[in-house]
Amino acid sequence: MAGLGQATVTLLRPSNRRAANLETIPLSPTPAILSASYALSHAPDLVRYGSKPVREIGRDPSLLPRIAGSLRPWDEVVAYPPNQVFIGNLAPEDLASIPRPWYENRIDSASPSGAFGRMVSQPALYGLMKLCDDFDLLAIDGELAEQAGFDLVDFDHRRGRITGVDPAELRTLAEESAGLDLHHDGRMAGFIRTVHDQDEALTASVLLENLAGKATAVLAFSDLLRNSGIGAGEIDYLLNCGEEAVGDRYQRGGGSLSKAVGEVVGCVNATGSDIKAFCSAPVHALIAAGAMVAAGVHKYVVVLGGGSQAKLGMKFGAHLRNGVPVMEDCLASMAFLVGPAGGHGMELRLDLAGKHPIGAGSSPKAVYEALVVEPLVRAGLGMTDIDKYAVEMHNPEITEPGGSGDVPRMNYRTLAAMAVLRREIGRGDIDRFVAERGMPGFAPTQGHIPAGVPYLGHALEAMRRGSLDRAMIVAKGSLFLGRMTQLVDGVSFIVERPAVARRTG
Amino acid sequence: MDLEDQANVNRLAETSGTDGMVVLLGQPDANSAGLFAETVTRGDPTWAGPLAGVPLGLPVYHVLEPEIKEQMDGDLYDEHVGLMELSADVEEIIKWVAVYRD
Repeated sequence: MAGLGQATVTLLRPSNRRAANLETIPLSPTPAILSASYALSHAPDLVRYGSKPVREIGRDPSLLPRIAGSLRPWDEVVAYPPNQVFIGNLAPEDLASIPRPWYENRIDSASPSGAFGRMVSQPALYGLMKLCDDFDLLAIDGELAEQAGFDLVDFDHRRGRITGVDPAELRTLAEESAGLDLHHDGRMAGFIRTVHDQDEALTASVLLENLAGKATAVLAFSDLLRNSGIGAGEIDYLLNCGEEAVGDRYQRGGGSLSKAVGEVVGCVNATGSDIKAFCSAPVHALIAAGAMVAAGVHKYVVVLGGGSQAKLGMKFGAHLRNGVPVMEDCLASMAFLVGPAGGHGMELRLDLAGKHPIGAGSSPKAVYEALVVEPLVRAGLGMTDIDKYAVEMHNPEITEPGGSGDVPRMNYRTLAAMAVLRREIGRGDIDRFVAERGMPGFAPTQGHIPAGVPYLGHALEAMRRGSLDRAMIVAKGSLFLGRMTQLVDGVSFIVERPAVARRTG
Repeated sequence: MDLEDQANVNRLAETSGTDGMVVLLGQPDANSAGLFAETVTRGDPTWAGPLAGVPLGLPVYHVLEPEIKEQMDGDLYDEHVGLMELSADVEEIIKWVAVYRD
């Protein structure tokens, strides 16, 4: 896509604020990922409402205190090396040199603020949910509201909405309404109500998932605006790629959380929609965003995704059995700004987007042929022309106790095996290929979050430094989990440092 | 091994008997292959699932073992298992599955 003609067209912005501005933008701009933002929201008292814990605690209530006793305090979550990589205070390469277990080898003097992300406390999370609540779904007590306001002192939007009720009022609400008690610091500190007693899509547990998704997406998006310097009013379109299903009994999963999130951060000129494709949705969304920019439909598109409440504590059983902390204790979220390249950011090579077609077959070989090899062959490139691959970046410390192994490592070794089959490297070079072109997994196991895209922030930094020329982001999705097809899905794209893109485009 | 998978193996063993039943594993690393093999032979070592204290003693093999490979169509094997055969530590996987089988 790089090198296309830069013809221009004049657009009249429809918004009041910009109506007088005649703006000139290229007709077919080269799209780029201009900024990335990530957030981790500590949620130890929401772990009990993760899908797996809810089911298992219902079967055996003695598990609840065991889970609570295995959760980490805030300072350990902040100092956890994979979390520090996620927010940009450490590079993935740094993590490779930290001995396992990482939960015992924490970072001294770790900060919750990173180069392109941050961690927030549980009170801040409740505060974000409160300020995102447009239907009085959620009540929190005054003490929690005060703490939330304090922890969100630098947050730019709707902080006045973080209000609390007295504990007696909260107890009355809980006794007289259907819903879920919410906890903090060993007490019942909040309540979320069921809206409709005959609508499974509007029960308190579903609304909690959706509100948590919205609130955490708002956090990442707000930081994206602040860090990129772009005004909220300049954003034209929003693509949400989160895992929640916002809707009602007549349309479960109707969407569009994108617009709900955009409203909170003041994107008055934007509309949006959601892209659903299980774990590969973020990569689908980034390709679609790039295409919108390249086609001149929209100038600035934000891809965003909130955290998955359902996946908190998903592997708690294996963690308890193995005597390790219950590490699925944070909601992860992310946001990416896609716009015209203009010499900065990472250029999105839409001409080299990869896809797993319906007819491709689902063996690992078929999947990687489609996602990785085919686009490279199309560009006249080899597998070793990619400096870094970002695959599913699950933190292995979370997955290994349950017998799921080190997912990124297995994927990198499979990629290396593909390079062997293609005679690009020898069989003895597999370990080196993995070490040089891979990285350790550092992302929370929240489905769409680990899908290659956690590396984009690091890639941006590395390309700005000139230490990275080209990376491929590869995502796969387990469509079969929904029982409508036996298929898997996958998509990929390549990002390049602008100078490299001009040479190869 | 996932608790649901343990329940499925247990149910099959109870309803159909273990005669003629073979467990074929596909785990790509030695740790998880060994853990799965132990579960279907000596019982769930973590004492958390339906196979806790249930030593089924099932014959367990890994798809990477030569006696399995030679019974399969070569092209199909290359398509579905070839990459894992190249990338996995085959000797280590086979060793740990054999520990529990034998």
